[in-house]
Amino acid sequence: MTVLTIKPTAEDHRIAYLAALAIALMLMEAALPSPLPGVKPGLANIVTLLVLKQYGLRTAVWVSGLRVVAGSILLGSFLTPSFMLSLGGAVASLAVLWLARGLPERYFGAVSLSVLAAFAHVGAQLTIVSLWLMPTVNVFYLSPVFAAAAWVFGLSNGLITAYLLTSHHGNSQHESAT
Amino acid sequence: MKFSWSAMALIRRGDWGVLLLGLLVVIALAKHYWMSPPGQHLVIKRGGDVFLTASLQQPFSVNVPGPLGVTQVEVRDQRARVRSDPSPRQLCVRQGWISHEGEAAICLPNQVSVEIVGQVRRYDSLNY
Repeated sequence: MTVLTIKPTAEDHRIAYLAALAIALMLMEAALPSPLPGVKPGLANIVTLLVLKQYGLRTAVWVSGLRVVAGSILLGSFLTPSFMLSLGGAVASLAVLWLARGLPERYFGAVSLSVLAAFAHVGAQLTIVSLWLMPTVNVFYLSPVFAAAAWVFGLSNGLITAYLLTSHHGNSQHESAT
Repeated sequence: MKFSWSAMALIRRGDWGVLLLGLLVVIALAKHYWMSPPGQHLVIKRGGDVFLTASLQQPFSVNVPGPLGVTQVEVRDQRARVRSDPSPRQLCVRQGWISHEGEAAICLPNQVSVEIVGQVRRYDSLNY
């Protein structure tokens, strides 16, 4: 008999821990009532941004992917349209964050990344809905509402992330920027 | 003091640019989808067939007979509405005035729909 042991690395532990945190936020949010279906603060994105800033894109992709898959299994929406929307939003956000790597950190902080990711998230979801779920309805008619929500929650999540980053690092590199 | 922070320190110079750009996107979308010039024509359909196409410029009202009864459609001030309808839930009546391209009031039980169409005339009124 052979025993197969998988030794989780420190990074595996970190990814699992952070994904669990993101999933908890996602579940919390799902319990909150929303004025319009689909308008959510996206608190789990704070975790994605923190991970991106501290551990890099690779870890952020892992945490985000695990959050979408495991979170939807817990919510019972795995492979349903709402899972596809979640996945599409996550993929688009990560793609934009990947592109935004090039922005100079001195001028563009967590707020920029958060707002850009939020817009990508909403844009991808509206596109999925209009192309696949409701091709006959002009869902873009609602796009100003979703874009405004993305702006507000992108800003607030970005501020929370920026605050957490500075408070964790005390007097680190960003302090000298001002 | 362990750390000092303010909203100003959390938002860097480029962030203001991104925020401004985001606002512009919101405004542009709102202008494009909500403040677009009002639709030019309306199309009333009954049971999937075109019952009437008309311009929104002239006020008029029309009675559309459906399986349940008569649906009254009213056009005034370049807007249209279903004034009364025999459908039980009155969804199309409660929708109120519609004026933008792509907007529609659909009285499903009575098989009557009122739709606003824009500059591109899908139906040429001269041909009817």
